[in-house]
Amino acid sequence: MPSLKDLKNRIESVKSTRKITKAMQMVAAAKLRRAQEAAEASRPYAERFNAVMAGLASAAAGSDSAPKLLSGTGSDQTHLLVVMTAERGLCGGFNTNIAKLARAKAAELKAAGKTVKILTVGKKGRDQLKRDFEDHFVGHVDLTEVKRMSYADAQGVAKDVLGRFDAGEFDVATIFYSKFQNVVTQIPTAQQIIPFAIPEDYEAGDTLYDYEPDEEAILADLLPRGVATAIFSGLLENGASEQGARMSAMDNATRNAGEMIDKLTIQFNRSRQAVITNELIEIISGAEAL
Amino acid sequence: MQFDLVSPERSLASMDATAVQIPGADGDMTVMADHAPTITTLRPGVLKVEAGSDTHEYVVTGGFAEIGAQGVSVLAERAVAKGDMTQDQLDAMIDDVQDAYNRAKDAAQGDTGPVDDAAKLLADMATMGSEIGLSPKQPSL
Repeated sequence: MPSLKDLKNRIESVKSTRKITKAMQMVAAAKLRRAQEAAEASRPYAERFNAVMAGLASAAAGSDSAPKLLSGTGSDQTHLLVVMTAERGLCGGFNTNIAKLARAKAAELKAAGKTVKILTVGKKGRDQLKRDFEDHFVGHVDLTEVKRMSYADAQGVAKDVLGRFDAGEFDVATIFYSKFQNVVTQIPTAQQIIPFAIPEDYEAGDTLYDYEPDEEAILADLLPRGVATAIFSGLLENGASEQGARMSAMDNATRNAGEMIDKLTIQFNRSRQAVITNELIEIISGAEAL
Repeated sequence: MQFDLVSPERSLASMDATAVQIPGADGDMTVMADHAPTITTLRPGVLKVEAGSDTHEYVVTGGFAEIGAQGVSVLAERAVAKGDMTQDQLDAMIDDVQDAYNRAKDAAQGDTGPVDDAAKLLADMATMGSEIGLSPKQPSL
């Protein structure tokens, strides 16, 4: 049976925890709005870009002179998994879910006899995958210092990936991130970025375009940009998902703390009552004994 | 004719335009209503948009433009309104390209294609700098 003093201390400590989680929830809500706006602002570019690229790619696919970023290296022996997670924790299952998806994919590829290489973006994913896959790590991109995700950050990651591709380090690249659906739902997603996969629902439009310079030159220019664009969308979706996940996790934590405080307060009052009753009994039985 | 200018981070302009002058990779072109559908890549340069009596100018550093039946969409990798462009930004951009050029030159083995491309980009960037009235660093080729 904890003493009254102990109970009081515990109530105080849970109260201050509740204050912290409440504050974190509010900060996450403010950041979420910004992150969502950023993700929405980037959509027009990504949509147009993908539409044009899908058109060019479906025309060029199958030709012998198609760039390697489109047609692949002719093998799928070595896979690069780009695992994009948050730099911070305390955001529910956000990091764990992405890491889980990446781990499943890596295990599946290994079972099929493929070589797996992992590039991590964000500290938390690295920490989670370290135990099982440390020997597969080929690099890490640190975004701790980044306050507001910019296209230049995505270009940095893309440059790293493209450099490795040009050096023949891998055949297929897949990015892992979490798609933002709403505050309570984020969907961990794997998306192949190299070679460029033409979306299945793509339908050629009726418009016949003139190309300046020729189609192949444009395609060769567009493909590396496409890698950066895909990574940028992934990073922005991740940003919104992280804040959403943190917000709901902190909301739960705040509610739990409230419930705990209620329970402890009841316990505290009961104990106090018991102490008073005890004292009374002692006084009364003392008086009777006289 | 509808004109849209979007960069990866945000949409910069969306307006009704009468003529748009695009710095295409193969030369400048002016687009007016009912232009043939065309897709062209951009070189670093100045994009001029005429909307009624107003003229808007933007500095773009690459990307592409899609000219369709409804209008023009320019997807620029980086785009800044001409008035907002500062000497520091220009210097940083030229330094970036100069780095890329130096790297391409170091990595080139017989195949001069990438080096030539980088050199052209660098020269275009410097020309664009003088065109908007700033003093670009002279590229070292």
